[in-house]
Parts: sequence; structure tokens; C-alpha cells
Amino acid sequence: MPEKDVILHVEDLKMHFPIKRGVIQRTVGYVHAVDGITFDIYRGETLGLVGESGCGKTTAGRTILQLYKPTAGQIVFEGKDLVKLKNEEMRQIRRKIQMIFQDPYASLNPRMTVEEIISEPLLVHNIENGKEIHDHVRSLLELVGLNPAYVDRYPHEFSGGQRQRIGVARSLALKPDLIVCDEPISALDVSIQAQVVNLLEDLQKEFGLTYLFIAHDLSMVRHISTRVIVMYLGVFVEMADRKTLYENPMHPYSIALLSAVPIPDPKVEEKRKRIILEGDVPSPINPPSGCRFRTRCPLAQAICAEERPEWKEVEPGHYVACHFWYNTKSLQRR
Amino acid sequence: MAELYSIKDLETQFHTREGTVHAVNGVSLSLQEGETLGIVGESGCGKSVSMLSTLRLIPQPPGEIVAGEAIFQGRDLLKLSREELRHVRGAQIGFVFQDPMTSFNPVHTIGKQLMEPLEIHLGMNKKQAWDRAIEMLKMVRIPNPEDRLKDYPHQFSGGMRQRAMIAMALSCSPQVLIADEPTTALDVTIQAQIMDLVLSLRKELGMSIIWITHDLGVVAGIADRVIVMYAGYIVEEARVKDLYAKPEHPYTLGLLRSLPRLDMDEKKRLASIEGVPPVLFKKPKFCPFASRCSFRIEKCLDENPSLMLVGENHKAACWVDTYTGKER
Ligand SMILES: Nc1ncnc2c1ncn2[C@@H]1O[C@H](COP(=O)(O)OP(=O)(O)OP(=O)(O)O)[C@@H](O)[C@H]1O
Ligand SMILES: Nc1ncnc2c1ncn2[C@@H]1O[C@H](COP(=O)(O)OP(=O)(O)OP(=O)(O)O)[C@@H](O)[C@H]1O
Ligand code: SF4
Ligand code: SF4
Ligand SMILES: [Mg+2]
Ligand SMILES: [Mg+2]
Repeated sequence: MPEKDVILHVEDLKMHFPIKRGVIQRTVGYVHAVDGITFDIYRGETLGLVGESGCGKTTAGRTILQLYKPTAGQIVFEGKDLVKLKNEEMRQIRRKIQMIFQDPYASLNPRMTVEEIISEPLLVHNIENGKEIHDHVRSLLELVGLNPAYVDRYPHEFSGGQRQRIGVARSLALKPDLIVCDEPISALDVSIQAQVVNLLEDLQKEFGLTYLFIAHDLSMVRHISTRVIVMYLGVFVEMADRKTLYENPMHPYSIALLSAVPIPDPKVEEKRKRIILEGDVPSPINPPSGCRFRTRCPLAQAICAEERPEWKEVEPGHYVACHFWYNTKSLQRR
Repeated sequence: MAELYSIKDLETQFHTREGTVHAVNGVSLSLQEGETLGIVGESGCGKSVSMLSTLRLIPQPPGEIVAGEAIFQGRDLLKLSREELRHVRGAQIGFVFQDPMTSFNPVHTIGKQLMEPLEIHLGMNKKQAWDRAIEMLKMVRIPNPEDRLKDYPHQFSGGMRQRAMIAMALSCSPQVLIADEPTTALDVTIQAQIMDLVLSLRKELGMSIIWITHDLGVVAGIADRVIVMYAGYIVEEARVKDLYAKPEHPYTLGLLRSLPRLDMDEKKRLASIEGVPPVLFKKPKFCPFASRCSFRIEKCLDENPSLMLVGENHKAACWVDTYTGKER
């Protein structure tokens, strides 16, 4: 296999949000939203990032884009650590990494027209003149399957799916290499989701884009991803290529998560056994010691409370963080 | 099986500043004893409003129940006095609302809210109601129920609130449970907990369930029979296995094809349904799915098809046989 071309390398990234209380806003603790994650993204791939609400997916995405200043860690893009870059250099690189946001209703400014929304990044980076911008916006609209005649409309005049297309058009304006897609379809109806996913796939082929695709719909992630990461309470628990992760998951949490996804086929559902996890996800303010999943893990042992399991490459390209990764097969009784 | 609950030709509209929204346009269904009926369809198609209407739980005005009957135990719920209806709602038909925050009052403890219907409808005293409330929280697997009853709704996590709401809906042992997207806002592992819980309670208590959702996977695992809604109409109705094995309405067919499946390793392009659902300001004179339908024939634009029998216990509202492409 040829060497993979790493477009982004993230090393032990942490993002802790301070919790402030009282009149003098003293810091009384931290939300450990992202607590030491390490991974690469390869050029041209779609890396899926899944996990339950509050596990830190959005925070990871936003920190990579430098929308937050990380507590610790490195984010290396094109050989440069973004955390250490000075403003001007950062501005140059920021063009190449864009984000599509979770909520198509909240992420577009309601007082701006479509043309203003899409051209904003072009103006900020001052790279085109008026006429060029005008034509560029039209061609972007066409690209995402919207009528260019809509340039003067406002966001509320569009459906959810159309708004998400506007968000996609804006993220493409600066010809980025990497797009962080934060749940781009979660807020959309089932019949519209496929339209947006197909669009993202078409654009990827046409422009060789790389995606970090954040989602909690595991079926859609299986469809769109090259590789997949499973996250739990601020840390990664498993990472593998898509086929391996779905057919041979090793972390107890991944196994339980996959078993819980309903499959739209009554014949399959009849025979399936779900692993019902006890309890709720603990708070990221005081996450459990050792393995973060131990409070809900059916296989937990004493050591799981004492030592944080190592992020271990158990097969080429397959990473698992579990003390008993070699012995989790008993959970897979589909 | 005996019929327990039936809805006939229900029509509900909302009179808004922009015009009249035709939210429910003639919905008829029947629920059998011990049966779980799934209702699916995308956002705004009228799932919640149709079920809320039958218990007169929509705001009137702007809402108006224009026509229809909702027959439960031989009586039309739409004609009952407020007092009689309140008793049916509290004791015989349990409702789990789409948004858990709307059904709990934030200023009262969970315990107070669980005990109230028991005292009103079952005539329990404080002590009896307290014990029963503890039993109910245990039943929905909330740990330390004695302490938890003293909590306020915001002290519960989303999943716990949803479970407490199911406990409240079931506390007077209703014959019918109507659950409006009870798991949509929850994570899949919590969703699995709740589906597991409801399925085991159904066995234990022998009740009938109407389960509203937009998730075709959830319905596959929980329902005996399924109703598909679109633009305020029922467009298909079938036993769950028949619906998935041989969907008859182009909309159902499109939905099932557009879903990627967790258990299949396919990299092929998703089949999407182009276009968007219609706005409901006018009652359509022709098929409401016509603008998005690839099977459309001329007749579809002349006349709105009503539900017709297309197989054994299988109904669809469509002029075209999607398997032959010919007019029915
Ligand atoms: N700006 C912030 N300040 C303080 N805490 C935050 C902030 N943003 C996120 N958090 C907390 O960090 C944790 C991770 O949140 P994040 O939004 O990254 O989760 P997520 O995985 O994207 O969840 P979802 O699937 O619901 O979008 C949560 O506990 C959240 O409450
Ligand atoms: N109070 C109201 N005033 C005006 N229109 C309303 C009101 N409540 C509902 N509607 C309209 O009635 C239609 C049906 O709404 P309903 O809530 O039944 O949809 P639903 O199928 O339950 O959707 P969802 O999956 O989003 O819950 C929608 O077009 C909605 O906008
Ligand atoms: S390390 Fe222990 S608690 Fe954590 S997933 Fe593995 S077995 Fe479970
Ligand atoms: S009646 Fe015609 S337009 Fe409507 S769903 Fe059937 S084929 Fe399509
Ligand atoms: Mg998020
Ligand atoms: Mg609803």
C-alpha cells in the first residue's frame, strides 16, 4: 500500500472549559470536553466521528478549527502547528479548513441575503473583486443544486435541506482542502438527508475534498466514511477502517452502540439481541477514573477503575482503548 | 382481536395569520387489543396533531377539529364533557409527549406530579400514592426512587425524564399508551433502554400502544402494524413485515431506499427523494406527493387518491401499481 498522505495530525489534544461561580467568577472546576485525543486525517478520505450527545464531537471539531484555544496538544496542518501560528499565517491557513455547522436554522445569519452569506468569506480574505464574487456565488449555488436566481433571498425563505446547501456553498467558497462537517444532516428530514449526503459525496469526488464527518447516526456514517472513530466522554475508544469497525468492533462501548441501532427491517429486528447498557453517561466535569466507560461496561474489572487503558494499535490501523480488548468477543452475540 | 380504539375521518386545521393550515385531512385508523401500531412520516406531516386532536389536546384556537370521531369504549371522545375526558386522559389513555419538558411542571417535584393523577383518578390517599409512585419509578428502572421523587424535573437527565414520563403515563394502568416520539431526542443506547422497557411493560400489562416516530428502524423493531403519513393524509397502512417487504406507496418506497443500513456494507449512491413536502395552506385537489413522484401519471394531477386495498390487510393511497408501473 502506498504511504498515506496525512493532511492533518492531531496530538494529545485537550479542551477543558472552566466552570466559573460566584461574584468574582472563580474557577471551581473544568468540563473535560476533549481530554487527550490523537489521530491523523488522510487526504481525500472521509473520517467519521461518532459518539453520543455531549461526548465532545463538536468541541473536537471546533478546536481543530481554532475556534477555541486548546488547553493542550498539537494540531499539525501542512507541517505547521496551528496552535503556535501568528495571526497572518493563521489567516492564510484558515482558508483551507472550513466547517459546516450542526444546525442549518441557527448557523445562517437571518439578516443577510444568500449572496452576502456565501460571499462573506471571500470578502474577509479579500481575494476577489465585486464582479468576480458575484459570478462565483452564482456558480457555487449551481454547484450545490440551488437556483442562482435565489441570491437575493433570505435564509427563512428556504427549507432545511436548502439551507444546509447554502452552508455547504459557503464552506466551499474558499476552495478548502479539509471540511469539518458537524452533523450536517441531523436536523433534516429523512427524505432530505440523502440529497445532502449525495451532494457531499459528489463534491468530494469533483474537488478531492477531505471530510471529518461528525454524526451520531451510525448507519449514515457507515455509508459515507472511509474510517471511523468512536468517542466516549471526551476520549477516543476505538478507530478502524469502516468495514472493520462495523463488522469486527472490539471496544465494549462500540459493540453496545452498534447493537442499539435499529435496523429498518422487521425480519432482522426480530432476531437481534441488543446490549442494554445500564445507567446514563457520567458528567464530563468529574469523569470516572481509569476507563471512562467502566460505570456502564458489562466487562469492567478492578483494574478498569485504576488505570486508564492505553490507546493501542491491535491490528494495523485498528486502535482500541480497553484493558481487555482481546476478550470482548463474548459481547458480540448478534 | 377486538377493536379498542378507533378514529374516523379526522380533520384538523390551524387558523393562522398566514392562512389555514390543513394539518390533518381525513385520518381513519383502528387499534386492536394488545396491538402496537406505529405511525411514521416526516416532520410536519400531522402525526402529533392527529393523536393530540383525538384527546382534544391541541390549542383551540388557533386549532380546530373540523370533522371526525374518536371512539373509545363505545363513546366519542370528541363529544365528551371536559370532566369525562379528563378521566379518560388520566386513567385510560396514557400519553407520552414529544417534548418531556412540556409535560412536567418545572416548579413541582417529580413525586408530586406522579402522585396527583393517582389521587384524583384512583382515589388513593397520600401514602398509597407515594408507594405506587416509588413502584412506578422502579418499574422504569430509575435507581433510588425514594430520593428521586423529591427531585425537580431539571435534576433528571433527558433519558430519566423520558422514563419518568412513561411512568406517569402508565401509573393508572391505562388500556392504551400513545407515545409521541418518546425516544427521538435520546441517544441510541438510551433509546434501546426505553424500547426494551416499553416492550416488556406491554407484555406485563397487556396494553395497546400507538408509537409515533420518524425512524423507520424503531418501527421495524416495535410495531405490529404501521401507518405512513404524508401531508396530513395516511398514504399507506400494512402489517409491519408487509410494509418493509413490499412497500406499495411511492413515498414509502422512496423512504426505505434512501436509508443506509447498518447491517449492509454498501457504498452505492443513496436513492434520494427530490424536492420537499408541500406546504399545507391549501387542501390539495390532486395527489400531495405528485410533485416528487417518479411514478406519476396524468390521473395523479386530476384526482387525489384515497386509501384503497392493495393486498391482504394492506392499503395504499396511490393510482399506480409501483411494481408494474400500470394504473391500478
Ligand atoms: N463553550 C462551552 N463551555 C462550557 N462547556 C461546554 C462548551 N461547549 C461544550 N461544552 C460541554 O462540553 C461537552 C462536550 O460538548 P460537545 O458539544 O462537544 O458534545 P457533542 O459530542 O458535539 O454533542 P452533541 O451530539 O449533542 O452535539 C458537553 O458536556 C458540553 O456541555
Ligand atoms: N399550534 C399550531 N399552530 C399552527 N400550526 C400548527 C400548530 N401545531 C401544529 N401545526 C401545524 O400542523 C402540521 C402538523 O404538525 P404535527 O405537529 O402534527 O407534525 P408531526 O408530524 O408531529 O411532525 P414532527 O415529526 O416534527 O413532530 C404542521 O404543518 C404544523 O406546522
Ligand atoms: S477498560 Fe475495562 S471498563 Fe473500560 S471498556 Fe475495557 S473492560 Fe470495560
Ligand atoms: S397517486 Fe400518482 S403521484 Fe401520487 S404517489 Fe401515486 S403515482 Fe405518485
Ligand atoms: Mg455536537
Ligand atoms: Mg410531532
